[in-house]
Amino acid sequence: MLAYIIRRMAQSALVLLIVGLVAFAMFHFVGDPIDNMLGQERTADDIERLRKQLGLDRPFVVQYFKFLENAVQGNFGMSYRQGRPVIDILLERAPATLELAAVSGILAIVFGIALGVFTAIKRKGFAANAIMSVSLIGVSLPTFLIGILLIYLFSVELGWLPSFGRGNVVDLGGWSTGFLTTSGLKALILPSITLGLYQMTLIMRLVRSEMLEVLRQDYIRFARARGLRDRNVHFRHALKNTMVPVITVIGLQLGSIIAFAIITETVFQWPGVGLLFINAIQFVDIPVMAAYLMLISVMFVGINLIVDILYFFIDPRLRVDRTGGH
Amino acid sequence: MSETPIPAQKSRLRAALESDLFYTFTRSPVAVVAAFVVLLMLLASVFAPLIAPTNPFDPASLNLMNGFTAPMAANDFTGDVFLLGTDDQGRDVFSTILYGMRISLFVGVSAVLFAMVLGITLGLLSGYLGGWVETIIMRTADVQLTFPSILVAMLIFGIAKGITPVEYRDQMAIWVLILAIGLSDWVQFARVVRGATLVEKNKEYVEAARLIGRGSGAIMLRHILPNVLSPVLVIATISLALAIIAEATLSFLGVGAPPTQPSLGTLIRIGQGFLFSGEWWILLFPATTLLALALSVNLLGDWLRDALNPRLR
Repeated sequence: MLAYIIRRMAQSALVLLIVGLVAFAMFHFVGDPIDNMLGQERTADDIERLRKQLGLDRPFVVQYFKFLENAVQGNFGMSYRQGRPVIDILLERAPATLELAAVSGILAIVFGIALGVFTAIKRKGFAANAIMSVSLIGVSLPTFLIGILLIYLFSVELGWLPSFGRGNVVDLGGWSTGFLTTSGLKALILPSITLGLYQMTLIMRLVRSEMLEVLRQDYIRFARARGLRDRNVHFRHALKNTMVPVITVIGLQLGSIIAFAIITETVFQWPGVGLLFINAIQFVDIPVMAAYLMLISVMFVGINLIVDILYFFIDPRLRVDRTGGH
Repeated sequence: MSETPIPAQKSRLRAALESDLFYTFTRSPVAVVAAFVVLLMLLASVFAPLIAPTNPFDPASLNLMNGFTAPMAANDFTGDVFLLGTDDQGRDVFSTILYGMRISLFVGVSAVLFAMVLGITLGLLSGYLGGWVETIIMRTADVQLTFPSILVAMLIFGIAKGITPVEYRDQMAIWVLILAIGLSDWVQFARVVRGATLVEKNKEYVEAARLIGRGSGAIMLRHILPNVLSPVLVIATISLALAIIAEATLSFLGVGAPPTQPSLGTLIRIGQGFLFSGEWWILLFPATTLLALALSVNLLGDWLRDALNPRLR
């Protein structure tokens, strides 16, 4: 087991090193930041001064090591566009994205599991069939169209909820939260539904198919034969055993939620990291792009690693296969 | 299937019409409708310049007075009537959709073709040659799979945008988009082709080809490739739906097709701006078109998967 974990960690480290190389190559080869930062009226002096200031005058290898050293310390340089340290901008934007992602994640998990169990138990019922059909349409709808649809319904037609921004936020020592004000909470509703809907459908369909699988097993029949109540059979016996694949998917989807937040944040002009990234692409702000890439890779690789290791603790059957295989 | 004995020589068309695939196709109303919609949209895109009442990108044909005309209603100033209304600059929405669909489909199809060629090549190489070639290709695929493909496409778009000089950016945007979506989508193809190649390469016909002295390249292309194509076809269809949505998403986010060459996603982005002022048609019609297109291709892909591989149902 230990050998497996060590090997997985080495793999993860290698992936991060590769991503780091990509990020650095972006820095080094892509675009001319001087072009982007200085306007038409620039002098040779301006250019030289800025090159020095950004460290673009040093040799490749020196820049690479400097880059790695800085990245580990959370220093990603100055944003070409805003002229401020990237890490400051990221930290300032992170709470918005994390709060949005957390609420969407909870929505997706709670409703996904609940609806999945419901549609599995009441498989033949009208409501279950209706939910399954709607979920099929939900999967085919692009995220941004769902967002626009919700804005149209609840902001334009009904006027109940705001269509953009975070509302009023409260600053808690560097962490700006929208949880403490009414307008902040109202502003969260539409974006979190938009972001969580796809993951919810995914979890729901998975829970449903796993439940159907488990409910066919002998031990469920025995549990019923012993005269246990339906609720006990469904939740204590059946649901528990569907959790392995569900936890895997939930874990992997956590990363996707942060990535797909880019789309939701653009639709709702939510001032988070995703919107920052999109703007960075539009204006070719390489340091911001590179920093976002590094951060999100650390997250994805970390989540993958944790999910893989969690397997051991959740399902003892996997221990033998996994260490032997591959 | 048919009662009459099969003639020794029959035309390709007859063979296609009598095949199992065509039979199951005619028995599936969903597939027929989906195929009809896709075909209609393909034809409409190809012949857009002939069908469209106006050329929305020819400034001479535009009349600003026609701006914001509602669908099927006469304009207050000019009295002109437009089937689906006009946008803020007086462009006929029906025409912009036709041209937008043309770009969406062009990008989608080209990106999938690119991903397919790349994926098949790498899949064949890694499956047939094995060794370090396989290790490098499949490890790269694993790393790429860790990230959602839309994110990979965004990154490639961003990097490519940085490399192209400012004055060419709008011109190159469509090609960069194809490259970005294609590169984000090759892994699926490579994995499936590699898997199928691993099975095929141990069969006797490959052995025989090797014995008569055919080279590796010829064996891969002429002997193995034709036998691994049917799963590739399924993936290509499903990928097309994903590619169309990916393109629309990127363009909607403003990191795709430029306003000078708007795709459906760009049109939706433009239309979103008029949502609050009540000009719903500028948004609704491009969005519906995109949805119908993506859904039809998706349904067609689902049907094809079931028809070609009954085990996967």
